[in-house]
This record gives sequence, structure tokens and C-alpha cells, in this order.
Amino acid sequence: MTKTFTIDGQAIPFVDGQTIMDAALMAGVYIPHLCHHPEFTPHGSCKLCSVKVNGRICSACTFPASEGQDVVNNSTELNGDRKRITQMLFVEGNHFCPSCEKTGNCQLQAVAYYLNMLDNHFPFFFQTRQLDASHPDVWIDHNRCIFCTLCVRASQQHDGKDVFGIAGRGMNKHLIVNAESGQLKDTDLQPDDKAVQVCPTGAILIKRTGYQVPIGQRLYDHRQIDQVSLAASGSRPSAAFPPSLAVATEGGHHEP
Amino acid sequence: MSRKIRVATTSLAGCFGCHMSFLDIDERLIELAQVVAFDRSPLTDIEQCGPCDIGLIEGGVCNSENVHTLREFRKNCKILVAVGACAINGGLPALRNFIPLEECLAEAYLHGIGVENPQIPSDVELPLLLDKVYPLHEIVKCDYFLPGCPPSADVFWKFLTDLIAGREPQLPYALVHYD
Repeated sequence: MTKTFTIDGQAIPFVDGQTIMDAALMAGVYIPHLCHHPEFTPHGSCKLCSVKVNGRICSACTFPASEGQDVVNNSTELNGDRKRITQMLFVEGNHFCPSCEKTGNCQLQAVAYYLNMLDNHFPFFFQTRQLDASHPDVWIDHNRCIFCTLCVRASQQHDGKDVFGIAGRGMNKHLIVNAESGQLKDTDLQPDDKAVQVCPTGAILIKRTGYQVPIGQRLYDHRQIDQVSLAASGSRPSAAFPPSLAVATEGGHHEP
Repeated sequence: MSRKIRVATTSLAGCFGCHMSFLDIDERLIELAQVVAFDRSPLTDIEQCGPCDIGLIEGGVCNSENVHTLREFRKNCKILVAVGACAINGGLPALRNFIPLEECLAEAYLHGIGVENPQIPSDVELPLLLDKVYPLHEIVKCDYFLPGCPPSADVFWKFLTDLIAGREPQLPYALVHYD
């Protein structure tokens, strides 16, 4: 017999070992997330996927599904919390969308759009962060890194390399690369590595590929991230989406 | 006929692109003018803000005059609106926040390429630069925010028509853009 739990009253089937996020994505229920990616070990750090499980707030991407759980996902309260978390991410980094090549294809921006985030609420830090343009084909803009660790995990778990890591704590947290010089050019990173493709923001970009799709015609300009995410995880037939927009996904730097 | 709704607009550390986008509501301006009268605005050339219902402010806060103007608007406008990326997060002018002010001035007026007769402008008429470019909400309370660089004409239209009709303004997904 199939085991189930409920999300917002809807019965969700699952098998033992699945997280709430796994089961939800499979059932076509979107839970906002940034650091989660179905191909990699969950990290549970961005907290966008916070849901209420039997009255307590948990991260859906790390919390195991179990029989009879009562999960609240799409509530005004939780979406309000998620908006505040997203605002914190925006004021902690330096996210100037109009001058970022990732605009329109950026998951941080798309989640903010999904949550109808119109302002930043908090005062900005305007921290000085560096660029690393040393690599011939890939560059890092630390201003846009949200420490989701997807590049860290993708490099280890998919590419069989160990290019990225996170160092420091709190406001001193930063992305580092595995080279004595600290420069990307001295790593074995290649532009077609999953670690490059998986970055949800404009922190890791491939050189000489910018602005091939005009602003206004990009992935999240016309499709909400919930639709994109569910289509990518295979829980709904992709034919449900206008094929004319499919071109926008060809950058390959989105969800699988 | 009831009193017209008074609207004031200004650009602080902005490029007037948001004002241009506002004017892109095109012939709907005529419809708007039936119910709205403009107070201080680059569109009217009125230079002091009187009591208003709505204040639309483009641009961030980069100098002492911006602070003065912003506070004048806050004092006079029942509803104050941060319009566009620069008003909301400082935008392009805020890219100077990562360079010490002295270095910015030295590059622009002393050591930059093609600078003749190098000197830092110091006329008493010139407003003093702030240490950083600030978004509006760090200086005064803002009631609403219209994101975009610039917000599209439809954003202005949706927001103003909602407000004028007495509805809580709502921007649907298609109108929310940060670029």
C-alpha cells in the first residue's frame, strides 16, 4: 500500500527514504527553494523551503517524509517568512539586476518575483567583494554568490573534481577555489562542468556567452519558477508549456 | 467635481529614465489628467513640493540636496513611492559604494584620463556628496515600491489606477521586474 502524507491538505504519496521536497516535486507541488537540486545531496542551508511539519518549521529538502505528516507549504505566513529570507539574501550580497547577465535567468530573482518581493526591507550592507576573471573561460563574481554550495556539491558529486568550497563564517563567509594561488585559472575547472552550469545566480558565468538572449525574452520573464521547477523535475508533461519559450532554457544553466 | 488628486515627482540620483517610462503611458496621460494634478515635478517645473496625495521618487540618495528633497517629499506627501531600481537599492550610482569617496573624486577630477586644470569642485553652492549612495527606505519611510529599470509604463498605470480607485495596489507577476 502506498504511504502518504499531506501538503496543504493534498495527499502526497512517498516511499521511505524520500524527503518532503522529493515527494512534493514528484507530485507536482512546488516548494520554493534555492540551494536544493534533485541531483545532489540536500544541504538545507537557504531555508527558502521552510514548511510547517506537524506544527514545527523544518526544511523540506532535508526532512524525511513519513506516514500521516501534516505539512503546511503555501501559506501567507510561510511565504512572508520566505520573502524576508530572500530580502536578506539581496541585502547581504550586491545584486544589481539591471547590470547582471543572469537577469531573467536567475533563480534568486525568480524566487523573489514568485514571492512578489517589491522591496528589500532591510538596510544594505554594500560589502566589497571581489571578481575572479583569471580563468580563460569562466569568471566568478563574488557579489552575487548566495552560498548555496551547489557548485561545491556538483564539482564533487558530478564532475569528480573538488574545485569549490566555502570558507569563513557569518559576514566573512565566501566561496573559495581549490588552488594554492586562490585563483580559478589554477584549478581544473572547465566551462562544461556541472559546477559551472548549476549556479542559480550570476556568480559563476561563462565568458563570451553574454546577452545571446535579449532581456525580456528570458526564462523567468514569462514563466514562473514554480512551473519551470516542476517541469524540470519531470512531474508534469513539458508539453503543457508553450514550446516557443523552450529556447530560453538552452543556456543549460538552469535546473536539470 | 471633487478635488483632483495631487501628485509630485522628482528624480534624485537617477537618470530620469523612470520619468520617461511614466510618460510612456502615452494617451492614457489624458485620462490621468482628468483626475490628477501635478505639483512639484520636472513635468511642471514647480520647484517646491506642496501638500500632495502621492509622491513618486526616482533615484537613490547621493548628496545633501537629495536628503533635503526626499524629506520635503515625505513631509508633504501622504503616500511616498520609491520608483525604480535606484530608489529601491541604489542602482547603478551605488556602484561607487565599493570605492572610497576620496578615490572617486580623485579619479574624476584629479588623475582621470583627459582631466585639465585638476581640482576637486568645492563651490559652496554644490551639495555635499554622501559617503555612499543610499536607497530611499534607509532615509525615510516609503509606502510603496515599484521595481524595474525602469518600471514599465503599465506598472505606473496599474499602480496609479489601483490607488486612485481606492484599491490596495497589486503588481501581478508579469509586471514585476528588477531589470
